[in-house]
Amino acid sequence: MRFGIAVFPGTWSDGDCARAVEVLGHQSVRLWHRDGDLQGSDCVILPGGFAYGDHLRTGAVARFAPLMDSVQEFAAAGGLVLGICNGFQILCEAHLLPGALTRNASLEFRCETTWLRVETVDTPFTRDCERDGVLAIPVSHGEGRFVADPSTLDRLEAEHRVAFRYVARDGSAVGEASPNGSMRDIAGIVSEGRNVLGMMPHPERAAEPLLGSDDGMHIFRSVVEAVAKRTAFTVAP
Amino acid sequence: MRYTAEVVISLKPVVNDPQGLTVRAGLHQLGFAEVSEVRVGKHISMEVDGDSESSVRRRVADMCEKLLRNPVIEDYRIELRPSVDLSPTPTAPPA
Repeated sequence: MRFGIAVFPGTWSDGDCARAVEVLGHQSVRLWHRDGDLQGSDCVILPGGFAYGDHLRTGAVARFAPLMDSVQEFAAAGGLVLGICNGFQILCEAHLLPGALTRNASLEFRCETTWLRVETVDTPFTRDCERDGVLAIPVSHGEGRFVADPSTLDRLEAEHRVAFRYVARDGSAVGEASPNGSMRDIAGIVSEGRNVLGMMPHPERAAEPLLGSDDGMHIFRSVVEAVAKRTAFTVAP
Repeated sequence: MRYTAEVVISLKPVVNDPQGLTVRAGLHQLGFAEVSEVRVGKHISMEVDGDSESSVRRRVADMCEKLLRNPVIEDYRIELRPSVDLSPTPTAPPA
């Protein structure tokens, strides 16, 4: 299958995402922000970085890139979109996901391993994971504190759309140790149609044992399985 | 007619503002004990052409809704005044 990896001016994780895809033995293609052509991608990845310098707000300008019009259509047709870090911020600004990502509560840029509890395996991005399993995946961001109004948060929980939550290494509640102070320790969520995932941690940086963890591969492997089985969603042409 | 539009973007009252809390702690440390609440926001200044103050205000509000603020976390306030031309007055060339 083919992963399309978006490249905006300031994107920095496209190479790592391409490598993760390559490790799995699949093909990747870079999608330039000025082009609207998704080049037959089965899944579009919006990787980490600082698209358009994160001017005004993270993701605020990237949302208007010609590529994003195609991503909007692709997502509306059920196509799989994975937003990582800056990609998650862009997806929120583009209203493909609810909520917003704001300055870390610590005001620090945090670059460290975090532990994520898998809250649902009923998504194309987590089907290869174990429910309540804990994944070691690093974060690298200054603005990752997920916020939304209480009714939106309640709805996300009720619809089982919280994909990952920051936890302690043993899977217990993280409390003050959360890397960014996200509401309800939310690290990743899926869209109403479950075909769009946004997450602050970087699965592509946990892609091989050499990197300290290959837990991130569960996410890429899930996408490959989901596309292969074409279950529970329709892939856009 | 040209107007100067000042847009002030602030975090909604319900959104926690760690920057504001840090600034407040700094002010307290400097002896400004009278400060109880600090919110940090953004200030955007623009020169905008339009027929009337009300039409410019509508356009700037539209800009806020579409780009300048994130409705999930931010509020905005617009201040308008007729623009003052600050470019240097041309001087007569030497005879």
